[in-house]
Amino acid sequence: MKKVIIDPITRLEGHGKIEIFLNDEGEVDNVYFQVPELRGFEKFCEGRPVEELPAITAKICGVCPGCHHMASGKAVDAVFGVEPPPTAKKLRELFYMAHFVHSHTAHFYALAAPDFVVGPDAPPAKRNILGVIEKVGKEIGTEVIRQRRIAQEIQALLGGHQTFVVMNIPGGVRKGLSEQERDDIAEKADGFVRFAQFSLQLFEDVVLKNKEYVDIILNGPYNLKLHSMGLVDSNNRVNFYDGKVRVVDTEGKELYKYSPPDYLEYVAEHVEPWSYLKFPYLRKIGWKGFIDGKDSGLYHATPLSRLNASDGMATPLAQKEYERMYATLGGKPVHATLAMHWARLVELLYSAERCRELAMDPEITGKELRATLGPIPGEGVGIVEAQRGTLTHHYRTDEKGIVTKVNLIVGTTNNHGAISMSIKKAAEGFIKKGVEVNNGILNMIEMAFRAYDPCFSCATHCLPGEMPMIVEVREPDGELLQRYIRN
Amino acid sequence: MGGEKPKLKMAVYWAAACGGCCVSVLDVHEKLFDVISAADLIFWPIALDTKYEDVENMPDKYIDLTLFNGAVRNSENEHMARLLRKKSKTLVAYGSCAHLGGIPGLANFSTKEEVLRRVFEETESVSNPDKIRPVPEYKTKEGVIHIPEFYNDVRSLSQVVDVDYFIPGCPPQTERLIEVFTAIVSGAELPPKGSVVGADIKTQCEECTRKKSENKKIKKFYRPWEINDDGETCFLEQGVICMGPATRAGCGHRCIKGNAPCRGCYGPPAGAVDPGAKMMSAIAGIIDEKEPEEISRVIDDIADPGGYFYRFSLPVSLIRRKVQ
Repeated sequence: MKKVIIDPITRLEGHGKIEIFLNDEGEVDNVYFQVPELRGFEKFCEGRPVEELPAITAKICGVCPGCHHMASGKAVDAVFGVEPPPTAKKLRELFYMAHFVHSHTAHFYALAAPDFVVGPDAPPAKRNILGVIEKVGKEIGTEVIRQRRIAQEIQALLGGHQTFVVMNIPGGVRKGLSEQERDDIAEKADGFVRFAQFSLQLFEDVVLKNKEYVDIILNGPYNLKLHSMGLVDSNNRVNFYDGKVRVVDTEGKELYKYSPPDYLEYVAEHVEPWSYLKFPYLRKIGWKGFIDGKDSGLYHATPLSRLNASDGMATPLAQKEYERMYATLGGKPVHATLAMHWARLVELLYSAERCRELAMDPEITGKELRATLGPIPGEGVGIVEAQRGTLTHHYRTDEKGIVTKVNLIVGTTNNHGAISMSIKKAAEGFIKKGVEVNNGILNMIEMAFRAYDPCFSCATHCLPGEMPMIVEVREPDGELLQRYIRN
Repeated sequence: MGGEKPKLKMAVYWAAACGGCCVSVLDVHEKLFDVISAADLIFWPIALDTKYEDVENMPDKYIDLTLFNGAVRNSENEHMARLLRKKSKTLVAYGSCAHLGGIPGLANFSTKEEVLRRVFEETESVSNPDKIRPVPEYKTKEGVIHIPEFYNDVRSLSQVVDVDYFIPGCPPQTERLIEVFTAIVSGAELPPKGSVVGADIKTQCEECTRKKSENKKIKKFYRPWEINDDGETCFLEQGVICMGPATRAGCGHRCIKGNAPCRGCYGPPAGAVDPGAKMMSAIAGIIDEKEPEEISRVIDDIADPGGYFYRFSLPVSLIRRKVQ
């Protein structure tokens, strides 16, 4: 048996590794997607005062710190048994929408666009953000950087620190918004809406009008039928900050809808000896291994699965784009992994519209920022949608609010099983008997997991497009048969 | 262009990190184009397609400047720290984790065994009746696969290799990085090896904009949610633990501006070795009691002194870790 090691992240970044075993026919026998990173927040948060956790857990990930800060802030509210006043909730959500604009913009332009705008078979040296800028023009490139900066400035204004926000305090927020600041954010949000619309137009022109790309999205080994998870509001519309978690099956039928405190009835995690990251699955179905289809216990929690799990978007422009996406791709649910990029842009537009809506909300400049606190019940679950999936924080404390137990199921972790299977499918589709592994094949396999915007930083995050890759084909005794280094 | 100065060859690497330090580099925003014109970023996993192999094949001291972020948590982090030391002329510990051990360093309050047991056997959602744990080498039915060894201790970069400079912060403020970068590119004379750069010598308090009275004393410490912060008065004078007196200035007081007390990510000021010792003397000076029993009663109100004083610095502190 031969072994192919695709080492896109580990050797270089230390945080992700793929091993593909081939059978004697030269076809894929099995694939292992490993995450070698572990820091152990679940343990070292014990003993800390619970109000410190929104700041401490934000350091799980410097790419999506706002998500942990929000899930944690909600879990802490629950530990104290309080709901923040309306103004505080809206300020948190306003911050959160800017966080989504920032992150989705970075992902689409820096990570996804190189494959489509520059082309999946373009020279690797061009397949990065600078290549995108070269193709679409420096003016657009500068605009992308500018919009990301503006989104970050809004985060800093509301949350103190531009990266590691310090906004949340038990039962509310530390800082209010002035009328002038609100007007400024509303104007910036207008810009976000135009920018999101522009991005969807770019996707239309570059991807959807290209038959070859549409064919790649819909066909090829990029389909994976799993259940879909996402947070929804009381009308089953997508919501990132609050609501219930809804899970629909591979046909789009609702399986479950649960409130955050009930998450343990629905989700469990499996451990494999070859990866430091656990594999969440639907508890009521059980761990069935790495299989797809309606009997699988695996689900994904991604922009596409959020759209699949909802009945629509809560803002008008995004709702139109939602309808157009499903009409174009043949109805709900969609299982084409690469359609995640399109779903992400629909979400970008929603975040921008919702940001504008919240900035115009009369309550947003209210003065009541914190709820009154009483005795500490001592247990709480907070769930938000992170950019990369449903994020759950669960805390227990003593009566003084000192942490005794922490459990975390983070965005990308939900997709660990799904990503493993997407990689396997792509590998099976492209590595065939007698086919030499080359650059194109590597990138095609890479595209399968890049769609998830995997953030293992959360353990690892690879912002722009190119992951370095070394593929080694070895005999079982370790003898090197073929070595391929991209570039 | 024979007379032109060669561009700086620069690398940015993350070990046990969260990505925030890399984001702080990306946050040069529109100045990105200026940076690219002054330096060739030859190795930066978050942004560029340079391979591990390429680094191994570089001659020693080939890279002019490496910004190393993240703590040393596992065997792979250590391997990369040693490799990049060898290949770099100037190695900078960039950010709190590389500088002091950082937030992941809080794991030194526990042992490796406790971390693994909690994460893989005990968490509320885990279902692991056979008590399976990840192992560095595992034999699957198809063959052997590997992951790095998880160490018992988290270490800072300078506890593993020789470090030339330290840029503190979680993450370092991008403006301060640009200052350091500009100084290096312009060929300015650099401070002695081992210096903390991109930060001030003074403490946070000396630059803080919150109001301090001359000789204010307190009788009780409060948790942040137990007071109604007025947004203007020194946190310590309101009885809330703020690491300002034991922390180096230079961050721009972003957390304070967000009405949150300092947690010490910039590390101790010049001359102070241990932030906990420094903080204890600051606290002793503000307590409005004379009798030892009364003083210790006030100090007992501090909920988690270890977690406050060593939030970012446990691995390099005098106590270093929980005794096993």
